[in-house]
Amino acid sequence: MEGFRYMDGVVTLQLEEVACVGCGMCQTVCPHEVFTMNRGKARILDRDACMECGACAKNCPSDALSVTPGVGCANYVIQSWLGGRKELFRNISKHANV
Amino acid sequence: MRWGMGRHRYRIEPRLYAVGSPEPDSPVLVTANYKMTFDVLRKELGGQNAWILVLETEGINVWCAAGKGTFGTEEVARRVKTTRLAEVVNHRSLILPQLGAPGVAAHRVREECGFSVVYGPVHAQDIPRFLMEGMKTTPEMRRVAFPVSERVALAPVELAGFLKPTAWVFLALFLLAGVGPWVFSPSAFLHRGLGASGVWLAGVLCGAVITPVLLPWIPGRAFSAKGGLVGGFFAACIVAFFWEALGVFQGMALLVALSVISSFAAMNFTGATPFTSPSGVEKEMRRAIPLQAAAVALAVILWVGSTFTG
Repeated sequence: MEGFRYMDGVVTLQLEEVACVGCGMCQTVCPHEVFTMNRGKARILDRDACMECGACAKNCPSDALSVTPGVGCANYVIQSWLGGRKELFRNISKHANV
Repeated sequence: MRWGMGRHRYRIEPRLYAVGSPEPDSPVLVTANYKMTFDVLRKELGGQNAWILVLETEGINVWCAAGKGTFGTEEVARRVKTTRLAEVVNHRSLILPQLGAPGVAAHRVREECGFSVVYGPVHAQDIPRFLMEGMKTTPEMRRVAFPVSERVALAPVELAGFLKPTAWVFLALFLLAGVGPWVFSPSAFLHRGLGASGVWLAGVLCGAVITPVLLPWIPGRAFSAKGGLVGGFFAACIVAFFWEALGVFQGMALLVALSVISSFAAMNFTGATPFTSPSGVEKEMRRAIPLQAAAVALAVILWVGSTFTG
């Protein structure tokens, strides 16, 4: 996204290239053009543009992608530090079954 | 609705709706039961013949509901079955908004209900062209931007979120305002209380409205830094203007206070953008909050202390 960069080097996006079947769904669903398709496989083009929405991992039919999206709401994070709110992170990875 | 009032009740019944006079071969578009979402979709589909399958997302818009999981694989399958969509249309295709993807595993939907998912564009306004081009998208249709118009539209709800905290802050400020070597003075209480309340409001305005609107043009990546800069700038202007009346200690207190209030309010805006990652927000908060807490303490000391130096 032009002009809108946030923190570099923090996102939890992981791509296991071996598992990738080249379906291109990650590229389809990503709102910030993080991925590109190269010789039949997905590649991370712009890692720092990722907002950890989890759409790619959710739609990967071979579980090659994982992200641990939190809530991204400052208020919520503070409350969870203070009061131990559960489920700060939902792990969307190969281990999720929906 | 843009002020956030009544938004939890702004919903419609989840079921199958018709736009125009749809036939069994008309496309099916899936959406959330937040009335604002539905109204936008229905408006953009005006003049077409289509089916709208509305999911039960508890009155939440598509993207947020997808993040929560309510705009999800299970709900899509459930709604297809309860509306008996397979008896209404002769094809087996569902067009989902792209921003439903965080909640929906497209490859699972077919197993669950027999319909295949096609992801349509991000914005409803691109749907007519998408349909006309045979369900094809351009890269622009799949990208989420954050133009100034959308940032301005968020200002009312950001401010509304500060109403309750403001009430408590005013209470605390007025109590502190009267404190000084005189133990407690009603005139100081009023005079200083009003001044401090004004600083609070200015800080909130800087952090919750001005910083978001000017977002990409303010230096710094962290929102707390951007907010601090904007607040600091305005504070410097105020202090320069009222230097005589304020004096050194109150002037410094104002500078620090307005900057940190703006910094905190701006940091709060991270959750309202379509580009900040939660990992990034947590990193920013870990660094910013201790600094903000220290700054608040400093501002209070300078402010109360200013009464002792005359």
